[in-house]
Amino acid sequence: MSRDAGTPSGRSGSVAIDDVLHIRQHTHLKRLFASQAFWVMVSLIIICVAMSIAEPPFHSEENFYNITRNFALVGMMSLGMTVVIITGGIDLSVGSTMGVVAVASGLMLQAGSSWFLAVVVALGAGAIVGVINGLLIAYIGLSPFVVTLGMLSAARSAAVVLSRNRMLYQFGPGGPVFKEIGAGAFLGIANPVWFMVLLTVAMALVLRFTAWGRHMFAIGGNEQAAILTGVPVKRLKLEAYIVCSLTAAVSGILTVGWAGSAINAMGTGYELRAIASAVIGGANLMGGEGGMFGAFVGSALIEVIRNSLLMAGVDSNWQGLFVGLFIVAAVLLERIRGKRRE
Amino acid sequence: MPVLELKNIAKHFGAIEAVAGVDLALEPGEIVGLMGDNGAGKSTLVKIIAGNFPPSSGELLIQGKPVHFHRPVEARQQGIEIVYQDLALCNNLTASANVFLARERHQRVGPIKVLHDKIMHGRAGELFAELKSETRPRDVVRQMSGGQRQAVAIARTRLSNAKIVLMDEPTAAISVRQVAEVLELLRRLRDQGIAVILISHRMPDVFAVCDRVVVLRRGRKVADKPIKSSSPEEVTGLITGAIHVA
Repeated sequence: MSRDAGTPSGRSGSVAIDDVLHIRQHTHLKRLFASQAFWVMVSLIIICVAMSIAEPPFHSEENFYNITRNFALVGMMSLGMTVVIITGGIDLSVGSTMGVVAVASGLMLQAGSSWFLAVVVALGAGAIVGVINGLLIAYIGLSPFVVTLGMLSAARSAAVVLSRNRMLYQFGPGGPVFKEIGAGAFLGIANPVWFMVLLTVAMALVLRFTAWGRHMFAIGGNEQAAILTGVPVKRLKLEAYIVCSLTAAVSGILTVGWAGSAINAMGTGYELRAIASAVIGGANLMGGEGGMFGAFVGSALIEVIRNSLLMAGVDSNWQGLFVGLFIVAAVLLERIRGKRRE
Repeated sequence: MPVLELKNIAKHFGAIEAVAGVDLALEPGEIVGLMGDNGAGKSTLVKIIAGNFPPSSGELLIQGKPVHFHRPVEARQQGIEIVYQDLALCNNLTASANVFLARERHQRVGPIKVLHDKIMHGRAGELFAELKSETRPRDVVRQMSGGQRQAVAIARTRLSNAKIVLMDEPTAAISVRQVAEVLELLRRLRDQGIAVILISHRMPDVFAVCDRVVVLRRGRKVADKPIKSSSPEEVTGLITGAIHVA
């Protein structure tokens, strides 16, 4: 056996290096076409144009206002959900978190607190849920599905007990401002939509341009590798669940403000819509893939489909079927694109 | 002076003697093949060097100075890098993001620290060029060949200017053409004065790149000789026990 057995092919490889290094494989256009969020946006535009032609009331100012506000309230949760999904986790408790947050803010307002204190306490309630989820998942090592399923039940129960199963609406002096935050509008666009846009942009920048964001993707891609290279995996997972619960809390606060009352059933079933939005927007439930823009257009698409069906006079009981079809179609699309990449 | 020296290293797990009385000296710019059957003590020895656990007895010297590792980070600070068998890469990240994982370079934008991709891409590109690998910093690892993945994992060790690189079965699961690529990468490391320990089951690879071969059997060193004065037949005999000591 000669010592140079491996050399020839290695050499022929080295000749080509300078020729290939300057080729930029990822042109911007290529990257755009490869992203799921882009195709979801295209279908969103197609549906909107088709509906505007078929059902003129669809593009009325009032309907636009309603759609955008409704989607923003669920959409914010899907932003936090996407962060958790990127790490390879899941948070089934966001709907119940909304309920707890709603009750917490309602109780504060009824007790006569200022709007500011009510917001702080509500965010704190959300953060506590996130800390409990995160500690159990990251530090004790329990499965995210089981922990947050337990929290889905426990947090809802806490909301019911704390509210003594009553609707909270007799708000004190903090009420008007609190309601204005959730129900008001700025430049003709509902406040929750502004929150949603700001949150999307801020979180997208953090995810793309900071080590924090990159490490979230690393954990989802190969958690063992992240640990071995020295990424603080446990701390980051804890933070991901706190971020997720906080987005649910913001959504809960705005929903109470918009509705003018707090009910303990608020957010029931929303966890599935938040997950669906994230998945439609390109988040991979196996972890390591997903984006804020995707979550944004994903939740917009779900709301537009719901609204379109209502406008077209389809029995509202059919909505679930169509949303379900889009979820499966999105995952199928992802699979087909994934195959082509291999 | 040897860059790494092991003196009479032993490791017990309860009553089991995984490694006993092993001496080993590693010079800069040499590749040593570490061979042995399953359970011969190869991975125990490597884990002692990499700082996964301390030896039960014996001494570890880096450039003549005794060192004691309790965690892998401490070994890394002393210039020992390990390339894991599964490479420990994140498939969803780019080559340069993997090279710089947990060691990212930043730039300040106002009060916020943001990733400095330009510098990281540039440095990763330089490292790949040094390794003469056709790996592009911006490419996602998922789309890469086995040889390119190895280049990414090895480039990571170059980032910290490691003096010693431990390679755990780098050629176990890749195609013949890629094996040639990986062996070429090992030669590049040697040319830059780095000491490499190649843990391998593949006789042809060891005889293709190594300067020296060390054979372990049942936790003891049974051979440590220049590759030129050995043969695959002899090493096979040493591994299986057909030849007792060389």
